[in-house]
Amino acid sequence: MIDFKGYEWVFWEGLQVTLAVGLSCIPVVVVMGLLGAWAKLSGNRVARSIGYTYTTIVRGVPELVLIIEIYYGLTEALQLLLSAASGGEILIDIDPFTAGTITLGLIYGAFATEVFRGAYLAVDRGQIEAARAFGMHEKLAFVRVVFPQMMRFAIPGLGNVWMVLIKATALMSVIQLPELMRMADVAARAVRMPFTFYFGAIVIYLAITVVSLYGLRHGEIWSNRGIRRA
Amino acid sequence: MPFSAIIDNLDRFAWGALLTIELTVISLAIGLVCAVPVGIGRLSRSPIIRWPIYAYMFVFRGTPLIAQLFLIYYGSGQFVPQLRAIGLWDGFFREPMFCALLALVLNTTAYTAEILRGAILGVPTGEIEAAKAFGMSRLLQLRRVVLPRAFRIGLPAYTNEVVFLFQATSLVSLITLLDLVGVARDVISDTFRAHQVWIFVGAVYCVISYLLFWLFGQLEYRWSAHLRARPGAAAKTGAAPATEAATAMIR
Repeated sequence: MIDFKGYEWVFWEGLQVTLAVGLSCIPVVVVMGLLGAWAKLSGNRVARSIGYTYTTIVRGVPELVLIIEIYYGLTEALQLLLSAASGGEILIDIDPFTAGTITLGLIYGAFATEVFRGAYLAVDRGQIEAARAFGMHEKLAFVRVVFPQMMRFAIPGLGNVWMVLIKATALMSVIQLPELMRMADVAARAVRMPFTFYFGAIVIYLAITVVSLYGLRHGEIWSNRGIRRA
Repeated sequence: MPFSAIIDNLDRFAWGALLTIELTVISLAIGLVCAVPVGIGRLSRSPIIRWPIYAYMFVFRGTPLIAQLFLIYYGSGQFVPQLRAIGLWDGFFREPMFCALLALVLNTTAYTAEILRGAILGVPTGEIEAAKAFGMSRLLQLRRVVLPRAFRIGLPAYTNEVVFLFQATSLVSLITLLDLVGVARDVISDTFRAHQVWIFVGAVYCVISYLLFWLFGQLEYRWSAHLRARPGAAAKTGAAPATEAATAMIR
């Protein structure tokens, strides 16, 4: 058995934070993705250009740069906003967990935007026409017909986003979030066994990947129930 | 001066950008060469070849690059006497540049091999049958029919890998290398102008990223010349659609 010199707990603590950050990102990613897809598909020119600017920037800039800039930028922007609103100087400190969740959510929301956009376009136009022919107005047709089918097309892509996202949580170590990578780092420095601890972290990331793949496969089967296959 | 932090340090940024581009080009070139045998081996009928390759690709695609990078650079420090004994410490694992390249190459090879695997599976069976009917040996089939076709099929996905790797090189700043991000961190600690420096650096990455997309888009266009409608002729259905890179941004 590998000797972790009594630092086994860093893996458990780190794993919890990694999973917590990853899972809390999901709602942000989905909301940003739906908003982004709506903006990119919208007839409104302003909304469309905002949507395109959003995905263009996220696609063109490395995650590391985005994470650092959004993390510090967010704190300062909020500080300025609150100071201006109250008239006095307000010092705020967003904890790395919240900031990290928002940052990763914003980044991967852009990826989800493409997934939702593709999924929307993949829904058979005849289905929408049929819904309208039943007298449903646009919103009802979206809620009852388009959205459920769109989600079926979106699931493999969203699963892909999750796999990339959970690996990207490792970058949160640069803003001192005590997730798996950061905790492994702390322990590695404390007992001077970097290989042992980074290797342990890698094994855990691999385990997360394996479990996620298994879950995704079942999610896909579930979402395709009742669909005829060739 | 409002942008003095950037203007005064333009030469440093230029050196940083040069290192970023160097790392990208070298690791992509080595990665592509390695990915061909790895991707083919992944499809081998022999489990002795297929399984180790599968395991390698799974590990490198299933874990964060930052963890791989730290494992190689900081992790090797745990085995200094052993590595020194076999002559791999001084000049190799001690150098952040070597460790960065090793991690980037191992990572991009795994992803590129996966793209190639998918592309080889996408080669129409009829073409391989035709090659067989001509009496080509397996190696000749690969060289003349399968690989050229697979490269064409895999190019859009590979474009994404190229841009992703270019951006991923920014992680080398965490192992002390002075790439674009490394220089940015240095300049910020000198000038305390964090936002303008990050926005400038972000813009540089953005411009180069889209330049790469454009460049590979041109290549894709050239490689699909035989699939385009003849000038003057009505566009036929089934002509290869210009692949929209944006739809395949997920890796």
